[in-house]
Amino acid sequence: MRGRAPRGRATPYLFVAPALAVYGAFLLYPLLRAVQFSFYDFDGLTVGTPVGLANYAAVLTDTGLRAAFGHALVLVVFFSLLPLAVGLVLAALLVRARVRGLPLFRTVVFLPQVIAMVVLAVAWRRIYAPDGTLNDLLRAVGLDALTRTWLGDYATALPAVGLIGTWVSTGLVTVLLMAGMARVPKELYEAASLDGASPARQLRVLTLPAIRPEIAVALTLTIISALKTFDLVYVTTGGGPGTSTTVPSYEVYRRAFELGEVGAAAAVGVVLTVLVFAVNLVVNRVADRQR
Amino acid sequence: MSAATAARRRDAAPEAGPARGPSRGSAAHRALSYVVLVGFALLALGPVVTVVAEALSPERAADGTGLRPQNFADAWVQGRFGDYMATSALVALVVVVAATLLSIMSGYAFGTMEFRGREVLFYLFLLGIMVPTEVVVVPLFFDLRTLGLTDTVWGIALPQVAQSVAFGTYWMRAYFRTTNRSLIEAARLDGAGPHRVLWSVLVPIGRPAITTLVLLVFMWTWNEFLIPLVMAPAGRLRTAPLGLALFQGQYTQGTSLLAAGAVLVALPVVVVYLVLQRHFIRGMLEGAVRE
Repeated sequence: MRGRAPRGRATPYLFVAPALAVYGAFLLYPLLRAVQFSFYDFDGLTVGTPVGLANYAAVLTDTGLRAAFGHALVLVVFFSLLPLAVGLVLAALLVRARVRGLPLFRTVVFLPQVIAMVVLAVAWRRIYAPDGTLNDLLRAVGLDALTRTWLGDYATALPAVGLIGTWVSTGLVTVLLMAGMARVPKELYEAASLDGASPARQLRVLTLPAIRPEIAVALTLTIISALKTFDLVYVTTGGGPGTSTTVPSYEVYRRAFELGEVGAAAAVGVVLTVLVFAVNLVVNRVADRQR
Repeated sequence: MSAATAARRRDAAPEAGPARGPSRGSAAHRALSYVVLVGFALLALGPVVTVVAEALSPERAADGTGLRPQNFADAWVQGRFGDYMATSALVALVVVVAATLLSIMSGYAFGTMEFRGREVLFYLFLLGIMVPTEVVVVPLFFDLRTLGLTDTVWGIALPQVAQSVAFGTYWMRAYFRTTNRSLIEAARLDGAGPHRVLWSVLVPIGRPAITTLVLLVFMWTWNEFLIPLVMAPAGRLRTAPLGLALFQGQYTQGTSLLAAGAVLVALPVVVVYLVLQRHFIRGMLEGAVRE
């Protein structure tokens, strides 16, 4: 039963009004302004001139911007697909093992989620530094030839940044998948084992269909965090060497606040927003349809 | 279903692993599980331990060997991390208090009252959960500069209140929908108005949901990077992550001081996480699962 508030029709609106006012003024209105900006050539100082869709055309044609979106796709592999693959195997192994210490394990692997990305980036810069932990390890096992400035090398900078994302995401994805797998009744696995189904087949036939909602959440969260990567790139590489690690978020910042291309920056931001909405919609639609 | 409840259910039912019959297969599975468990936990902790170790090590040989907690004092004063942390604390206080109060009120209306436009308004708030900061930060900077709000605590805090209110409204509505209708009816029969029902009846029993919201908003605000970076260009007002990023850009030497600063920046959220981790894991996993 859902009773109407007794003090008149205005009551619900009065409760919503303060939240809506702040939300409207500092989120919805700026979102609309960003769309407006994106149709202008605007340097942030003088009055802008309307340019129609030119800023959006630039997203498709400008090599720098195309590269940025390409890098974001590469990061999706590192932030999302790799952790999902690793997380599935780890969660399947751990959820049915009779081991102690799972709560402590969960606390530890979830830790990167609560630490500021800037702090993690500082830590990983030290690991990737010329005299850092990674090169020390390589030298210790006699692989001196492989040592390099991981974040300063055109060939390795983007994967190096991506692996930081893999490290951050894998714990979250594993914890999420374990929660889903814990729901599957043990008897199903026992029956499947008796029928001679291999662990790989059990994973495919029993586990995967059951944890589809968790997979959808894991993909949504991690793909979006890959698309929105900013702090990590800002602190580790600044988009370099050259433009080899620049990403859409970093281009928004650079173009709006360093190059004075505010209209172009707004267009990149709008495209990014559309992508984030699309990922949400597509991943959840697919998960729902197959449920 | 939450990860926490799933985990508790698992812990409560310590049954066998895959029914491979003889205990030998199960023992091997268990041993492998422990190897994976420990290995994964070490990988997750490695970069964190690296930073803490560096924060405690002497910068120069002249500083002697052994642990050097003095680095934290140096970072606090010379590195100005004391100032940065104070700014962060102030911003977090404003955002947490404002966002929580506004979210409780709007969530109450959406969760317990019938009114025209309820669905549309609620979807409007849901939209805000997905909007990336990148797209709103560009127009926000230029519009708030016109209003003289850049380089103020309000300029940094209000956009984050708006973002948190979007999530908070969704989160509190979910809680208020689960509350017992008869409780509300009984309070009303006693003559309590909608405000009394909310603040004297529902909020006290909703403490777990509200605590989770407070913790998540605190973490997001404390760790936020892009908004303080853009909104405080003069550099007088720096939050902790921003101070850390700029400290790293400024000094190539001083790795111990940098590491000490990084530990200081991470510490408040990590301490709260270690004490109240179930709230964090539950909130971050459940918050992601849209209806």
